[in-house]
Amino acid sequence: MHRNHHVALEVSGVTKRFVRSEGLRWPWKRNGHDRKPVVAVDDVSFEVQRGEVFGILGPNGSGKSTLVRCIATLLLSDEGQVTVFGHDVLQEEMAVKQLINRVSVEASFFKKLTPMENLLYGARLYGLDGRDARKRALEVLKRLGLKEEAIFRPMEEMSRGMQQKVAIARAFLTQPILLLLDEPTTGLDPRSKREVQAFVEELRDIHDATILLTTHDMQEADALCDRIAILDEGRIVALDTPAGLKTLVPSVNGHDPTLEDVFMELTGKQLVKEDAEQ
Amino acid sequence: MTQLVHEIRASYAFVERNFNLVKRYWGWEVVWLAYSIANALSITFIGAGAEAVTGQAIDTNYMIFYLLVGTLVWHYLAVVFDNVSEMIAWERWEDTIEYTFMAPISRFTHMIGQTLFSLVYGLLHTGIILGVVALFFHLDLRDANLFGSVLMLVAGSLSFIGLGIVASVLPLLFPERGAQMTHVIQALLLLVSGVYFPISVLPEWMQSLSRISPATYVLEGMRAALLEGAGTGALLGHLVRLVLIGLIAIPVGLVVFRQAERYAKRTGKLKRSG
Repeated sequence: MHRNHHVALEVSGVTKRFVRSEGLRWPWKRNGHDRKPVVAVDDVSFEVQRGEVFGILGPNGSGKSTLVRCIATLLLSDEGQVTVFGHDVLQEEMAVKQLINRVSVEASFFKKLTPMENLLYGARLYGLDGRDARKRALEVLKRLGLKEEAIFRPMEEMSRGMQQKVAIARAFLTQPILLLLDEPTTGLDPRSKREVQAFVEELRDIHDATILLTTHDMQEADALCDRIAILDEGRIVALDTPAGLKTLVPSVNGHDPTLEDVFMELTGKQLVKEDAEQ
Repeated sequence: MTQLVHEIRASYAFVERNFNLVKRYWGWEVVWLAYSIANALSITFIGAGAEAVTGQAIDTNYMIFYLLVGTLVWHYLAVVFDNVSEMIAWERWEDTIEYTFMAPISRFTHMIGQTLFSLVYGLLHTGIILGVVALFFHLDLRDANLFGSVLMLVAGSLSFIGLGIVASVLPLLFPERGAQMTHVIQALLLLVSGVYFPISVLPEWMQSLSRISPATYVLEGMRAALLEGAGTGALLGHLVRLVLIGLIAIPVGLVVFRQAERYAKRTGKLKRSG
């Protein structure tokens, strides 16, 4: 069914609220403010076309990761609907899981295990035969520049940049049709960042993958994304191509506006510098 | 068929992953094994010293065997319970819970994998302890019903798997202290199940709790089979009770877990690390 779908991802009116826990309180001391919900994602709607790289740009706390978790079946949205190649994430959870994979800012590995062991674990969960998975894992890991000995050494001995590349390789191994990249380059040094970005470009250009990329790196969004949604306080404040977004603000002193200028103009805020967020 | 192959591969993923982790945490495994052996020996030596303590004639061999069955059976059941109930806690410690929960496998498959690992690990661990303790004491198993004791252990495993699944909900709902909460369940079972003493010495109200603990039936059955040489027919009552507890506890555990997983996904508790 998904092969004929032109829309890879449809997010329609999604809202997600969290209730902050106040801990154990005496019943007579509770008041109406104790359990006031925080709206993390507020009535968000967009479509991602098959083969598109769709960016979600926003500062920390803007709701990017919450939205990705709603798509990835890790959070249940309070309102709205998410479909992946026509499959509803709530009603057809298993069908959606077979089509997606996610790489998050935390590498989510068994750190004591080697890249090969981690990839084999992931491959078996996705139903791959052990022998084939081992062969493909070796190819992908070598393609990423991992030396033979690093492939069989614990992940905890690797740099974060290398761990993040292994995370992308793990996602790539299961050949997802929709790849959710949640701040995949946050915290990486410029060289590692560039390598990860090159791998994403390869996924886009050579393999039949649709990519949803969240980031607060404007250059990254500009370079990789076909379209970008700017998210602020859980709401989409603008959605267009990078070039289209830049037409939303006038040029200053003869300089072409950047996505940062667009963001500031639309939200009155500055994107938090990456280093300050670590 | 394809789906079945997929689920079997996925179950094996947990067995392989967990044994890989055991290999990498080998230092901890050595410490844990040494502790378990020392613990089993300490308890068994209480039996050896009972006559010296009381100054009265006691069947020391029977006492040693009685305590040894208690300590080994309890060790095995506790290891199975721990590994099943820590299914979520492990993922939280390693920060892999979201990756595992996003995989296209049923939670039942996840639990089958974790359970298989628990059974094999529990048997290996207990077997090693038995081997070491056997060097210290003369264990006469000539009249023992070994087949019956294996049946008791299998039936007991079923019920403890069910309890473990129910307990595994705690780390899911309480990310910070859920894993520790499972130890409370274990401590209560240890107290009321007659692991080191007959339940008849407990106050009456505690004895009624003993009757709902599956460990009570495992221990009574194992002692009857190994110490008294009771035939398999005589163990049938205990076996039926244990299988029934397992048949109730496992589906109940799965339903409870499913509800807890939905709650965690609704409230965002899946992602928090303890």
